[in-house]
Parts: sequence; C-alpha cells; structure tokens
Amino acid sequence: MANFTRRKFIKVAGGAAALSTLGFPAIVGAASKKVVVVGGGVGGATAAKYMRMADSSIDVTLIEPNTEYYTCFMSNEVLSGNRKMDSIKVTYDGLKGHGVNVVHDTVIDIDAAGKMVKTAGGQSIAYDRCIVAPGISFSNNIEGYDDAAMQAMPHAWKAGEQTVLLRKQLEAMPDGGVVAIAAPPNPFRCPPGPYERACQIAMYLQAKKPKSKLIILDSKDKFSKFGLFKQAFAKHFPNHIEWIAAEKGGKVTRVDATNSTLYTGDTAHKVDVANVIPAQQAGAIAAKAGLTDDSGWCPIDGRTFESTLHKGVHVIGDASIASPLPKSGYAANSEAKVCAAAVVDLVNGREPGDPSLVNTCYSIVGPDDAISVAMVYDLKEGKLSKVEGSGGLTSQDSSPDMRAREVQYAYSWFENIKKDSWG
Amino acid sequence: MGCNKKAFVALIGSVFMAGTVQVLAGPSAAMMANTCAGCHGTNGQSAGPASPNLAGMSASYFIDSMTYFKNLPKGEEHAEDARPATIMNRIAKGYTDEQIEAMAEHFASLPVYKADVPHDAAKAEAGVDVYDKACAKCHDENGALPDDDAGILAGQWLPWLQYSMADFQSGHREMPKKMKKQVEKLSDAEIEAALHFFASQK
Repeated sequence: MANFTRRKFIKVAGGAAALSTLGFPAIVGAASKKVVVVGGGVGGATAAKYMRMADSSIDVTLIEPNTEYYTCFMSNEVLSGNRKMDSIKVTYDGLKGHGVNVVHDTVIDIDAAGKMVKTAGGQSIAYDRCIVAPGISFSNNIEGYDDAAMQAMPHAWKAGEQTVLLRKQLEAMPDGGVVAIAAPPNPFRCPPGPYERACQIAMYLQAKKPKSKLIILDSKDKFSKFGLFKQAFAKHFPNHIEWIAAEKGGKVTRVDATNSTLYTGDTAHKVDVANVIPAQQAGAIAAKAGLTDDSGWCPIDGRTFESTLHKGVHVIGDASIASPLPKSGYAANSEAKVCAAAVVDLVNGREPGDPSLVNTCYSIVGPDDAISVAMVYDLKEGKLSKVEGSGGLTSQDSSPDMRAREVQYAYSWFENIKKDSWG
Repeated sequence: MGCNKKAFVALIGSVFMAGTVQVLAGPSAAMMANTCAGCHGTNGQSAGPASPNLAGMSASYFIDSMTYFKNLPKGEEHAEDARPATIMNRIAKGYTDEQIEAMAEHFASLPVYKADVPHDAAKAEAGVDVYDKACAKCHDENGALPDDDAGILAGQWLPWLQYSMADFQSGHREMPKKMKKQVEKLSDAEIEAALHFFASQK
C-alpha cells in the first residue's frame, strides 16, 4: 500500500456508495458545476441532456454553430427518395426544455489549462469540465478533392446541404447513367453506411432508372456486415450494384471534378454522379485543442471518456478512440451517457462508477429487408471491452418475416435515438 | 504508506459502512437501463413505431423476457424455452442474471407509460367486447396493470403487439394455458380488434 491512490482506496473501501456519505469535504465543498459541451450532434446533445436529467444544479452550456441539425442516420433514405429532409431534421428546443443553455457559435479554441472555451463570436466561456463532441473532419487522401470538387462530387457524409445536393444529382441523372460511391479507408464514421447507401440508391435506380447502375470503388477489401451486404447486393440488386475491392483496383486516389472522373491509380472512371467519401479524422477543433494523437483521433479513458492528453476535457462520439466501439450514432449516444454520468459524479466530488455501453446499428438493404449488428460493452482492466458472448449480426438465413420486422425496429431505433438525444 | 489523514479517516468510516451497506460491483442499474433508450425511448417511453415501451413493466415480466431472449441461440429466430427475437437475443446475452434483475427493478420503478399509438378506432371499439370476454381476467385494467405480470399491453406499439400475437399463434412463443384456450376460440378479426383495443388505451 505504498502508493495509496484514491482509486485503490475506493476499491479497498468497497465502493463509491459507502464513500459518498462520508466523502472528501475538500472536493465536495470546492466543486462548482459548470460544464461546457462543444458540438450538438448525437454525442454532445445526449451528454447535455443526461447531465441535466441527473443533476439539475449543473450549469450546462452547449455550443453548436447550427440552429438545425440533420442526422446522418436515415439520410440514405433521403437519397433513395423514401424519406424527406424534414424527417432527419432536429432542433435544440428539446435541450432548452431540459435547461441546457444552447449557444449558436463556433468554438475556435479550448484552453485546457485555463479551463476556458473561446468562440468565433468572441465569447470566452469558463468551465469546470468540458465535453468535446466534434464529430469528424476530412483528410486529404484524394488528390483534387477540394471545396469546388465537394460541390460537384458531394460526400454527403455530414447530412444537410450535401445530402440535398447528392439527391438532386441522382434525380437529374438520365436513365442509363452510372453512379459511383468512393468508399473511405478505416476508421470512419458509420462503417456500414456506404453500403447501405449503395442499396438505397440502387432501390431508386431499379424503380425509376432501371438501365442505370452503381459501382462502389472501395479503399478496402472487406467491410462491416460484409456477408450480409454481399448477400443483399446479389439478392436485390444483381444488375445494379457492382463492388470493386481495393485489391481489384477499387481505391480512388484522384478526382477530376470538372470532367466527372474518378481515378483508381491510372484507370479513369467517367461517371454521371460521383459520391466521394474521403478518409476521416476527428473534427477540426479536437486537433486545434491538442486532443488528438498521431492517428488524428482522440485517446480517452474508458471509464470517464476524459482525454488522456488534457485533464478536465472529455471527448465522445466519432472523434474519440473508443475501440472496440465503432464510430456509430448509437455508440456516440451510449458513450455520451457514460461520460455524462462520470462528469456528474466528478463535479459532485464522487468517484465515477463502472460504465456499460451498447451499440446497435441497422441497415435497410432492400424493400422490407433490414440487417443489424449489436454488442454490449463494459470496462475490463481499465479498457473498453466487448462483453463475451454478447452481440453479433443478423443471420444470413433469417426469414423474410424477421427481416421485415428489422425494418420496423430500424425505424424505431431512429425515432427513439432522435428523441433520446435531442428531445 | 502514502495514505493521507483524510483518506485514512474515510477509510475507517467506509470499512464500517461496508459492513452494513450492500455494495454492488459493476455498472449501476440506471447506467445499464439508459443503454436501452436508443431503441426503447428515454426512461423506457418508446417513440415507436414498433419497439415496445418498457416503463413500468413488472420486474418479473422483464426478467422472464430477458431470460427467454438469452435462451435463444444466436442465428436462430425461435427455439424451445426461448422468446422469438430479431436482435434482443444478441443483446440479452451481454448481461448476467443479477444485472437483468437490477434493470428489471429500475424499469418497474418507473410509472407505466402509454404511448399515443396510431390505431383503427372502429377495430379498437370492436375490441372492447373481445377484451372483456377473453383477455380481462389476466390483463387487468385494460392491460395497464404491472402487478398482473402479464406485460404492459395498454398504449403499447401496435406492430409489437401484432408480432407477439403472431409468435404465440405460430407456436414459436409459448402461451400460458389459459391464454391458449381463449385465443383458440377467437377469430382473426377478433384478435386484431383486441390488439387495436390495447394500442388505443390512453
């Protein structure tokens, strides 16, 4: 017991429940409770809401530039025409109802030593704890994919104007046209997303432009829900989807947006609609604030999601390195609740408890056909880990009836996660 | 020993407390229950269209459901002594029996939630009589009483009620004897009416 740290002490004492009644007066007395959340996507919104639900004495400020947010999840259904933009739009009124102070501004710096967030609008906002949920930014892995190319060949990997742009291009395309999706290398937001998108766009082509086809030019040789997607491509879209693996020359290295051409090495693919999804890293503010490591993502402690690089700053959602959790909306929502509970404990002078997380992810791959992956996670020896025996994929042999149920559960996932995060 | 005075005082106190307070290791009930919200709604109040509400469900019904989900092998849709499932068998396997009990107590402690479920008013009206003659004995208070341990059917999402009944009728989910006797006497239209009746409860 030479090094009697606080954590070891708590283990000895038998848990935080016993401890909190006695407490550490110095910590409890000194605790002020001001938390700033940077980013109003699924992670930031959920963290803000759940902190206020757990302890309404905490002063929570959420800073997000947009007054309206469009969810990435279900945006692929906008591309197929099965859904309107309005249904993926959320506002911040729900969070305001929970007493969250919502500030529409852009964070330009986080001073971890001075515990201060600075905004483009000139505000300096002090915090006791800061939660950063900046989502993703794009890397420059594709030559020629600049701001102008982004308008001509939309990524649509942040929902909103980009989604509308891609949908309009699909609508304007003549029958017999070729659509290309350039799929990114790992790790990236929503691992099954490019392939669900292929299915959704193919549904539209099949119904409205049957002579057209879609090619997936991939930076990888394998991807999420691989067997299930290959099954869906073959079953629903044998004449409309072609997937080209990296090892078969699928990796896009350069684009010429003015000629609507994608290059995989020396091979040119002239297409009618190009959806180019670049490689990704943590949202820009994370790097600016020194929260990223060499990988471009943010290392965190699995119990609290506190940055291992800056004390007092927590990082959740796609930007964090939370492996084995994927970069998914459900994971961000789950991570946010773990982080919120930890921050509530910390500002109240309590030791954070053990985390428990879930990821659930649906892909709608055809009419009345959805597939899913799920997993339960906890903390083992200080590391986020899969709970042995839990989780896994929809079976390739599952019946049409159960696949149809999964579509309805996918929609339930969507309605509930929207309300749970922003409502 | 680098143990400071404050910690030492607390240690003495905590050792005393630990003897009288049962301290559960691992995640709290709320921590685990909150992971359900992405599909079943904040505090188990589902926004639909299919995932059932969990709020106010009796602990016994919750434990039964999760246990039967756990019993369903991965890759199977139904099995003996198991509840048919799409995804819940994969999720239920992530929790120990004690953790399931803790979640059950958590949801049972919440008020029953009846959602505003789209339904056919005429069918719901026709369902009143069906409910009275065939369901009311076990599904008390129009399906809203947790203590009957028969689930919360009132204000429950209609597709889920329909999936559940389909599983009962196909034999993939075992019906209690009393229920089987009643269901076998009812026409398809009567069953459909009863489901709309439950969904319509506010």
